[in-house]
Amino acid sequence: MKNLVRRGSIANYDFSLIIWLVFIAVLLILIGLPIFWLIRNSFFSLESESFSLINYQTVSIEPRFREAIYNSLLLATGSSCLSLLLGVPTAWIISRTDLPLKSLWRVLLLLVFAMPPFLGAIAWTLLIAPNSGWLNRIYISLTGAETGIFNAYSMWGAIFVIGLSTYPYVFLLTSSALDVVNSELEDAATILGANKGQMTTKITLPLVAPAIIAGGILSFLEAIALFGSPSILLIPARTTVITTEIWQLFQYPPKIELACAFSLCLVLITALLVWVQRSLVARKDYAVITGKVGRKRLLQLGIGRWFALGFCLIVCSLSLFLPVLILLRTALSQSWGRPFGFDNFSWKWFGEVLSNSSTSVAIQNSFFFSAIAATLAMAIALIIAYLVNRRLVPWHQVLSFLPMLPIAIPGVVIAVGIFAAYTRPPLILYGTAAIMIVAFTTRFLPVAFTNANTSVISINPELELAARNLGATSADTVQKVVFPLIKSGLISGWILVFILSIRELSCAILLFTLNTQVMSTALFELVSESSYERLSALAIIMLAIVFTIVLLAYRFLGKDFLLEK
Amino acid sequence: MSSIVFENLTKYFQSSLALDRLNLEVKSGELITLLGPSGCGKTTTLRMLAGFITPDEGKIIVDDRIISAPKNSLPPEKRNMSMIFQSYAIWPHLTVFENVAFGLRLRKVGKKELSDRVAQALALVHLEKLAHRYPSELSGGQQQRVSLARAVVVEPQILLLDEPLSNLDASLREAMRNEILTLHKRLKLTTVYVTHDRIEALALADRVVVMKAGKIQQVGTPEEIYEHPNTEFVASFIGRCNLLSGKLISRNSVEVNGMLFRVADIAKEIGVGDGVVLCIRPHAVIMNSAHYLMDGETANSLGARVEHCEYLGEFREYTLKLDKSNLSLCAIAPPHIRHQPNSLVDISIPIASCRVLPAEVKSAKSPYVMQKV
Repeated sequence: MKNLVRRGSIANYDFSLIIWLVFIAVLLILIGLPIFWLIRNSFFSLESESFSLINYQTVSIEPRFREAIYNSLLLATGSSCLSLLLGVPTAWIISRTDLPLKSLWRVLLLLVFAMPPFLGAIAWTLLIAPNSGWLNRIYISLTGAETGIFNAYSMWGAIFVIGLSTYPYVFLLTSSALDVVNSELEDAATILGANKGQMTTKITLPLVAPAIIAGGILSFLEAIALFGSPSILLIPARTTVITTEIWQLFQYPPKIELACAFSLCLVLITALLVWVQRSLVARKDYAVITGKVGRKRLLQLGIGRWFALGFCLIVCSLSLFLPVLILLRTALSQSWGRPFGFDNFSWKWFGEVLSNSSTSVAIQNSFFFSAIAATLAMAIALIIAYLVNRRLVPWHQVLSFLPMLPIAIPGVVIAVGIFAAYTRPPLILYGTAAIMIVAFTTRFLPVAFTNANTSVISINPELELAARNLGATSADTVQKVVFPLIKSGLISGWILVFILSIRELSCAILLFTLNTQVMSTALFELVSESSYERLSALAIIMLAIVFTIVLLAYRFLGKDFLLEK
Repeated sequence: MSSIVFENLTKYFQSSLALDRLNLEVKSGELITLLGPSGCGKTTTLRMLAGFITPDEGKIIVDDRIISAPKNSLPPEKRNMSMIFQSYAIWPHLTVFENVAFGLRLRKVGKKELSDRVAQALALVHLEKLAHRYPSELSGGQQQRVSLARAVVVEPQILLLDEPLSNLDASLREAMRNEILTLHKRLKLTTVYVTHDRIEALALADRVVVMKAGKIQQVGTPEEIYEHPNTEFVASFIGRCNLLSGKLISRNSVEVNGMLFRVADIAKEIGVGDGVVLCIRPHAVIMNSAHYLMDGETANSLGARVEHCEYLGEFREYTLKLDKSNLSLCAIAPPHIRHQPNSLVDISIPIASCRVLPAEVKSAKSPYVMQKV
């Protein structure tokens, strides 16, 4: 036959097995090493230099740990309740009614979702700090009262501010479930005599109940894992939570073993909730979650539209407009305490932040570390997703479970594990850029894996077999068929990990050193220096970067791109 | 064109036996269909031939060269075969032209020759005008044509088809079936066609291979398989039939529940006195015996009562109860032959249409087994 393909002898050798083994080894080290040292250290006593339960004993006896756990649970419960109160109505209004300007609201909520929570906390201290906060000052000048009525530095303040940053989780899950509820299910209720209110409360919302609960749990998990917001709002109130307590244990003199033991208590709570949340989402008995888009008709609200519009406006004002405005106003004032006007206007803080060596290095580092971490995470995630889906190696179920593990581990805890793993031979990375990159990669591997996995699942294996069958080697097939098909999925995954790494604080705070400062840790240091104008200028720069990337991705990759989380 | 020999081909998935010592020869230029229910091993056989799966035992030989063996298998890209997939497997990121050109580019075909050959292949499947469309802009039938063009343009030695029509709707399926047949007659490629649809197998194949549970049940031309099946399974899988359990009384008669049927077509290795199954196709039951009255030598003449009648346009389907017995028969008659339920009819069954099959060991069921399709 004239068209028999001839190839050189090198091309006959299959290198893919070696590549696979390398990536599996990297994954095992990345996930396994920190978890191993976390657990090992928690059972290790420094005094007797042997294994013991002394750390767990200390954790259970000392009242400050119990207090921190209590406060964490209170904070997370409170803010997830607020999230439900804000998230469910907005989801229902945007998804199922004739609210005006729907796509604008969706974009705004996407921005709320992308906003770093600790920036919200900083903005709200500028707004409602007990005496200096702007809303309190307005209240005092209007009523002539002695003190303001709001207090950011309190448990209620923290619940309010954190709830405002976690409700997008409830919104995203609930609205994507509501988007696929078939109107025929609602019509069936109407035809039996239900009015709009009964239809919504008895049919529509119960149908998406698993999604609502899952969203509430996600908000809870986010709130309990947060480090930035509680440390800004609760440390001044002398209230500790688990994450700030762990951070305290890292301050001089560091008690790493105790931190490991206490961290595992937090993991116990989060792992349990992640399991509950996953099994809720995986439930198949609610037909609406199957993803088959049914016929959807929007509910006519009539005069109620304006109430709905007002509700969305208030929610977005509290979570987006007000915080961004106060940061902008502060960044553009000579001195933030004085009234805003031409005499008080200044660009100088932006100039200072960009020229100051430590903040400008932080901005560069943020870009550099996040880009490398996103690339690494996507590369590992893609190879593992491919191996798992094509069942190319034994134990592929274990392999699909490993990259998802960090989802149950709060950022602070990951940092504790990474600190423990990479401050000793064979891999001494502490103080280098590598440890920050490794930390971001490990922390956001679940996000990368979810994205890569969805992309790989979407390719029918027969598309690859067809190429092999027509004479393509496995390398040809990957290059000419697989890669072009998953390119856009990989890009959106990369962007997501990049944004998450740029705004990451809770992991970076335990691992950065002078040379490896990133934007979020620089912001955190500025909070403790109370230099609010500089702080706001840097915050605005960070927001500008994050929002620009999100809007570009939304424009070019479609609205689904931030939903995988 | 190439001949294929399967020798003792065996494959396990985990611990279950997917294919059990398959032996088969495919002649050069022959179109062979592998027919069977899902899980019978037909797709496994095809994928082993394509090189996607390695056999655990046995070998595949193409033109005197071993291409698949447990230790030493040629990778799929070196086999010069083309395969058409159930999902069509058209690459969504490439145009129709680029999809078809893919295999030629890998073979480093020159630019001029490449565009000529792609144009020829597209003309063969009547898609010349859609060369620059993307697959998402094509209908299911058009996508299937693209995959046909993509498969034949590289001039493969062997063409493999994996249930290529199962995702098309009924009318399109018939048209595509004819197109595949025309293409085969023109290109004379050795072709292996996997299907679970008996009509496709009968219409297309030079020879049909009926498979069940990893084993070949029978190999033969469509006529042989339909008219002279060797087992109950083959008889009922290839078409509807009345299966009556009985006993072979002599070389030309079978007793079923006290009734005697004269027979002439007996499967191999059945001796007098053996338990047997009598297979009668519904269209072999002739209902207007006044018209076709046959003598007792060439047909079984019986009296029956109409239990049930269905009008299906092209024909009428009757359920009949034979006189003096509890035997029921399904019969099909042309639509102009009308009988009311409960009326009595004379029927005749030509003895050439009474095929005698060995009784399967497990069949301890009622004497009457009607296979509905």
